[in-house]
Amino acid sequence: MSQADLSVEMRPGLVGKRVKRTEDPRLLSGNGQYVDDIKLPNTAHVAILRSDQPHALIRDIRVDHAMDVPGLIAIFEAADLEGEVRPAIPSSRIKGYYATPYWPLARGKVRYVGEPVLAVVAESRYAAEDALALIEVDYEPLPFAIRQVDAVADDAPLIHEEAGTNIIIAREFGRGEVDAVFETAPVRVGAQFRMTRKTATSMENRCYLADYDRRRMAVTLWTSSNIPGIVKDALADSLSLPGARLRVIAPDVGGSFGGKGSLYHEEMLVCALARKLERPVKFTGDRLEELTASSQAFDELIDAELAVDEEGRFLALRAEVIGDIGAYSIYPWTAGLEPVQVVSFLPGPYRIEHYRGRVRGVLTPKPPTGPYRGVGRPSSTFAMERLVDMAARKLGMDAAEIRRRNLIDGEEFPYRTGSGIIWDKSAFMECLEAACAHLDYPALLERQKKAREQGRWIGIGLSCYAELTGIGSRIAVAPGMPINTGTETGTITIDSTGSVIGAFGIASHGQGLETTLAQIIADELGCALEDIEIRQGDSSLVPMSTGTYASRSAVIAGGVAIKTARVVKTKVLRAASILMDVPVEDLDASGGIIRARSSNAAMTFKELANAVYMQMGRIPHDKREDLTGSESYDPYLGTACSSCHVAVVEVDPETYGVRVTDYVVAEDCGRIINPMIVDGQVHGAVAQGIGAALLEEIHYDDEGQLVTASLADYLLPLATDVPDIGIVHIEADLPNNVGGFRGMGEGGTIGAPAAIANAISDALSPLGIEIQTLPATPDRLFRLVEQSRATHLQKGQ
Amino acid sequence: MSGKIDISVTVNGASYNRSVEPRMLLSDFLRHELGLTGTHVGCEHGVCGACTILLDGRSARSCLTLAVQVDGQEIETVEGQGSREELGRVQTAFRDHHGLQCGFCTPGFIMTITDMLHHHPLESDEQIRDALSGNICRCTGYQHIVNAVRELAKERGPLQ
Ligand code: FES
Ligand code: FES
Repeated sequence: MSQADLSVEMRPGLVGKRVKRTEDPRLLSGNGQYVDDIKLPNTAHVAILRSDQPHALIRDIRVDHAMDVPGLIAIFEAADLEGEVRPAIPSSRIKGYYATPYWPLARGKVRYVGEPVLAVVAESRYAAEDALALIEVDYEPLPFAIRQVDAVADDAPLIHEEAGTNIIIAREFGRGEVDAVFETAPVRVGAQFRMTRKTATSMENRCYLADYDRRRMAVTLWTSSNIPGIVKDALADSLSLPGARLRVIAPDVGGSFGGKGSLYHEEMLVCALARKLERPVKFTGDRLEELTASSQAFDELIDAELAVDEEGRFLALRAEVIGDIGAYSIYPWTAGLEPVQVVSFLPGPYRIEHYRGRVRGVLTPKPPTGPYRGVGRPSSTFAMERLVDMAARKLGMDAAEIRRRNLIDGEEFPYRTGSGIIWDKSAFMECLEAACAHLDYPALLERQKKAREQGRWIGIGLSCYAELTGIGSRIAVAPGMPINTGTETGTITIDSTGSVIGAFGIASHGQGLETTLAQIIADELGCALEDIEIRQGDSSLVPMSTGTYASRSAVIAGGVAIKTARVVKTKVLRAASILMDVPVEDLDASGGIIRARSSNAAMTFKELANAVYMQMGRIPHDKREDLTGSESYDPYLGTACSSCHVAVVEVDPETYGVRVTDYVVAEDCGRIINPMIVDGQVHGAVAQGIGAALLEEIHYDDEGQLVTASLADYLLPLATDVPDIGIVHIEADLPNNVGGFRGMGEGGTIGAPAAIANAISDALSPLGIEIQTLPATPDRLFRLVEQSRATHLQKGQ
Repeated sequence: MSGKIDISVTVNGASYNRSVEPRMLLSDFLRHELGLTGTHVGCEHGVCGACTILLDGRSARSCLTLAVQVDGQEIETVEGQGSREELGRVQTAFRDHHGLQCGFCTPGFIMTITDMLHHHPLESDEQIRDALSGNICRCTGYQHIVNAVRELAKERGPLQ
C-alpha cells in the first residue's frame, strides 16, 4: 500500500471510495439491455454478403435462386441506395492526405475479404442467411500487395485509383541535429520492431437496430457503439436528416476497447434500409464478421535507432515507420490515428534532445486499422522500451538505472518532447521507484540469478510510458481530425420528486461511468447517491456529444459534472435559504439533506423540490428558479498519465510457452474517483497487453485471406494466462484541471507488451536474443532459439 | 427449412411448450423465442462461454446445443439466479468484488461458477483459474472474478 492510498481513505465524501457500481444489479440479473436484446415489432433482419476476394471488380450478381426463399423481403446492392445515402468522408487537415469515402456497400469494387457487398433482408436472420447462401457473385480479381513493404512500392497495384498512390498519409516530426548526433554517438542500438495486426475483440459483437418513425420521418438507431454522438453527426450528413429527426442510442454495450469506436458501414445501412422499408431493421454481427470486418490495430514496421552516451544518457532517437492501415481511412479518426501516434509518442517519458520520426500509412486489402486501447502507443512503447534495454545491455547497465537517468523529472516539467507533445507534471520517476519497490527489485535480481544457475529461463522486464489523456480542444484526439473531441456538456436536473438526473454526452461501455459520475455529483451537490440517475450513451441528451474513448470520460465528463453540480447547488441553497429563512452562507448540503450550520433547521432535497415545483407561493414568484444546470467543460490541453510496469516471466525450454509469473503496475492517474474501478481497468488493460505480447495475432495469408477467423485461432487471454497484478497508485496533483482527474482506461495495454517483451529478452539474454516481433508465440521463440544456437555453433566451429 | 418439432422444456422452474425448427440453436431459442436475453452469445462456436447455461444441473454451451435436443430437460439461466432487487449469492459476490465491467460475459461466468461450486474443489487459485478457463472475459483481466470465486469457495468449504 502506498501513502497515496491512505489519503484516499481519509477524504470526506464518496470520491475516492470503493463505491459498488450502480450498473451491476441490472447486468448481474440478466436485465441488461444490449442492442440485440431489444425487440421491436415487425423487425426485418439483415444478413450481409461479404466479399471473399481481397481486391476485385464486382462483375455480376445473381440472386434468382435466393428470391424464392420463404421470408425473404429484399436484396440490396450499392446501386439500390444511390441518391439516398451520402458517403462519410474522414477528412483531415494533414497535407497530402487522401480521405477514402465510406459507403454502406461496396460500389463496383471490393477491397478486402469481409467488405459488405449485398444486404439480404428477411423476416428472420435464419431466412436471410438461407437466401444469402443462394446468391452468386462473379468477381474479376485484381492484383494486390498484401504486405505493407510491397504496397509502398511505386509500381504496387492501387487500392484506391483516385488517390494515385497507396501512401495516403505521411508525417514527419522532429527537432535537433539527429543524424549528426548519431554519427558521433558512443553507443548506438537499433532494430526493426513490429507488433503484428490485432483486433479489439469485445465479447459482444457489433449490433445495430434502426427504427423509422413515419409520423415524424425520424430515424432512431440503437448501436453497440462507444461514439453515439459522432455516429449521429455522421448519419445526419449521410442520410441528409436534421438532428431533430435522428437519435442514436448506445444502450448497454458489451465492451469496445476501440473496436466499436468508429462509424461502420452497417450503421449507415440499417438506417437507410429502415427508412426505405419503413420498418425496424436489425443487424447482429457474428464473430466471423467481427474478426473479418471490424477495425483492426497495430501493424507498423518500426525501424528505430537510439544513440546513447557512455553514462547511459539518451542523445538522439530516429525512426522510420510504415503503418499498414488496411483498405480505408477509418471514419472519423482517419488512417493517421494509429501510425502517426507511433511517431508522436515514440520518445516516451524520456529526455531526448534530438528526434526524428517519419511515418507513412499505406493502403492494403485488409479491414482498416482504427482505434484500439492505447492507440499507437503500445507499439511505440514496445519499440522504445526495447531500445532502452538493448542500450542498457550494451553498456552493462541495470534496466532500472538507465531509465532513472533519462526519465523527465522535477523542474523539467512541463516538458516538450521532440515530436511536440507536452508532458505536464506527472509522477514518471515515482512510478519507476514504486514499481521496483513493490516487487523488491534487488531481491528479484537475486532470485533470477539463482534460477539462471539452474538453467531456467527467467526474465525481468520494465517499461515506462506516458500518455495524453482527457485531451481538450487545443488538439484533436486523432492527428488533423476536424471534430472537436475536447468539450463535454453536462446537464443536471432536480425534478419535482427530488430525483437528480445527470445527463452527459459520454457513452459508458464497461467503465462504470454511471457510478463514478454519480459519486462526483453526490459530493459536489450534496444529494444522496441513491437519488441520482446518470443518463449517457444517447445523442439526444445534450446538444453535441461524441462519446467515450481516448481516456477522456473521467477527466472531461468528471470535470463538467463538478461544474454543473456547483451551479445547481447554488440554486438549491438559494431556494433553501428562502424556504428555511436562513442566509445562504449558513447553509450546506450533504447526503441529501440541506442543513443550517448554526441551528437545527434542515430539509431534504425531496422536500425542497416539492416546495420549489409544487407548492404555489412558498417561494416568491420572482425568485423561483428551476433546479437545473447545464455547463460545458474543455480542459483545453490534455493531461499526462504515466506508469511503470514490471513483469517477470519464465520461458518453458520444452514448449517455448511463456508464463507471466509476477506483474506490477505503478500508475499516476491523478485523483482517484473509485479505486475499485481503477484497479479493474488496470487489470483488464494489462490482460489485453498480455494478449498482445503472447497470443493475439490477426494473420492474413498471401492470398489476402484471414487465417485467424475464429476465437479458436485468434487467441484471447484466459484466466490461466493472467497472473495477479499488483497495483501501486500514485496520485500526483493536477492543479490545472477541474477535479484533478487523469484518464487511465488504456494504460495497461500500452505498458504490458513492452514489459513482457523486455522480460522475455532478459530471460533469453544468455542466448543473445532480442525480441523484435510480438506476439512472442512459442513458434517465434522456438525459431529465435534455434537461430541463435545455430549461430553459436557456427562461431564455435 | 420447415417441419417444426414440438418440445417442452423447463426454464428456471417454468415450463414451456413450443414448436421449433430443428436447426434452431438453444441460445436463439432462449433469447428470441422465450425472451430470456440474459443469456448472451459471443462466438457461437463454443469458445467464449458467454452462452453458458445449466442443463440438468451441469454447465453447457447453449450455442452448441439445438433447442430440440433439450426436449424434456431442465434449464437454468442467469435470470433464475436472483432478481434485480435481490441478487443471488454468486451475483452478489460479483458485485462486491467488481467481477464485471461491461457485463456481457457475466451471465456465462455466473452459470459456470454455479456449476463449479457444486462439482469442483476450487481450493487454490490455480484450481479456480482452471475452472474459469472455459469462459472469456475481455474486460476484467479475471482477477476480481477470481477474488469473488475464492470467497464463494471458502464459504462453501471443501467439496462434499
Ligand atoms: S457463444 Fe457459446 S461459447 Fe461463445
Ligand atoms: S465484463 Fe466485459 S467481457 Fe467480461
